[in-house]
Amino acid sequence: MSTLVAADVPEARSSSGFRLAMLLPGALVTFLLILFALGLVLFLAFRGNDGSLLGIGLTVENFVTVATDPLYWTVTLRSLVIAGLVTLATVVTAYPVAYYLAFHAGRRRGLLLFLVTLPFWTSYLLRVFAWKIVLAYNGVLNSALIESGIWSEPTLAFLNTPAAVVVTLAHAYAPFAILPIYVALDTIPKSLLEAASDLGARPFTAFRRVVLPNSMPGVLAAALVVFVPTVGDYVTPAMVGGPASTMIGTLIQSQFGKANDWPFGAALSVCVMLVILVVVLVARGADRRFGSRT
Amino acid sequence: MKAERAGTKRDGSWLGVYVLAYLVFLYLPVLLIPLFSFNDSIQAAFPLQGFTLQWYQTLYGNPVLSGALLNSLVIAAVAASGATLCGITVSYMDLYGRSPLAATISAIARLPILIPGVIVGISLLILVNLIGLGPSRVAIVLGHILVALPTTVVVMRSRFAAIPKTVREAALDLGASDWTTFRRVMLPLSLPAVLSAFMLAFLISFDEFIVVFFLAGTEPTLPLYIWSQLRFPRSLPTVMALGTVILAVSFIIAGTAEILRHRGLGAARRNPA
Repeated sequence: MSTLVAADVPEARSSSGFRLAMLLPGALVTFLLILFALGLVLFLAFRGNDGSLLGIGLTVENFVTVATDPLYWTVTLRSLVIAGLVTLATVVTAYPVAYYLAFHAGRRRGLLLFLVTLPFWTSYLLRVFAWKIVLAYNGVLNSALIESGIWSEPTLAFLNTPAAVVVTLAHAYAPFAILPIYVALDTIPKSLLEAASDLGARPFTAFRRVVLPNSMPGVLAAALVVFVPTVGDYVTPAMVGGPASTMIGTLIQSQFGKANDWPFGAALSVCVMLVILVVVLVARGADRRFGSRT
Repeated sequence: MKAERAGTKRDGSWLGVYVLAYLVFLYLPVLLIPLFSFNDSIQAAFPLQGFTLQWYQTLYGNPVLSGALLNSLVIAAVAASGATLCGITVSYMDLYGRSPLAATISAIARLPILIPGVIVGISLLILVNLIGLGPSRVAIVLGHILVALPTTVVVMRSRFAAIPKTVREAALDLGASDWTTFRRVMLPLSLPAVLSAFMLAFLISFDEFIVVFFLAGTEPTLPLYIWSQLRFPRSLPTVMALGTVILAVSFIIAGTAEILRHRGLGAARRNPA
């Protein structure tokens, strides 16, 4: 704030002062809080757990442990499968909604857009908590099924399963997927669709050959914004997942908590970022392939 | 042509039914929280046991809860101010700064979308320990500026981009300095978006849990208080009452922000002066 005041010399036309003041807040936050902080994680990942953050003894021991202990492979694989399923479920279910918004909503478009994005602004913790009371042994779903005579006894099968994690995460991140797909569909020129139907394409062919390829950048963006937060999630596995759904985020969190081995937690974080980097690059590649087709 | 149009109409109505079902899926679990917060039973289960306000009464006179609420409000206000300031300056320089540095900063500012919250949390935990700050309210504010930054940058950038280029050029041609142009022309024209960005950033910070978990010192925020209460089955109805209040306030703030984001845009386009 003080930097802005310092530049307040109205008639001086000090262009460089203005630039400095305007660049400073963003530069501080991005370089210090993002790049430098991530650099620290990378540095710490190569340190031993000797109780100090800085030090000269560098080691690759953390990464050797991650690579050789099958536990970490299992948990990483599980995180990828869960995040992959969540991404698939959210994108596939969100696509028709985005399609309706782009082509059929008419006057209701503004209201519908608001309704599908509103849950995004509500507490993530509460959305996950809602599923806990739905799936619990003496919870909403069990009691509703018994009440309606479908089942005679409550089942433990809902809560504390990987499936519960998938459903909860898919619900929590559903609003993330609609917007990018909608934006991509909305920017398709209507003349393209008219051309397709004038040239004799049936509606389904027009969809498969014109609409779907043109919306792929939005689909990939949606997949990315759902995949990234879910692959590192630790709250949902803790709330509804039970011990069989420990994810990589859970392990990282415990290294900075109970296990108290920050360097190893940092190494796990670096591995997660590498996985995300690979996914981003694959999505980029796919984007370019689809982009060149249009 | 007529048959085809009828075909798309029919597709549209089927899709309409699907969209309705999707909205039910989106809202039903969340709306169970208010439903059971008025239910006269410890268990969140059917059949409903009758109407009560006792869970709301337990919210009163709870010093830990009101402390956490105050903490959350202060942190959200400060973090939202910081994130909005950064969002304004970063997006303005990205659009009008004509420098590779400004473009780089803008690109990095949107990077937190591609970092899982747990890693944002631990990287800041390492940082604040390194500079001797430790887990604290200041640390939480820094974390929330980071989490809210992509949103404020996107909101402000699209607003600045919607103001016709000629408006800024006219101001500069008439002799206004960069600073005057920014403060007297561009900022007033985008004021509704500034308020919208602030409110959204406020909501993000107020509801944030994943990052705050690592950065909180001795004073919890509201989501951390809720998390600590979830261990006790007896306090679940109270959590649901608290959750209902939070949901209601979130809906109102998000709705206002949505209206503000679109307000005045048409006027700025039609009548740039």
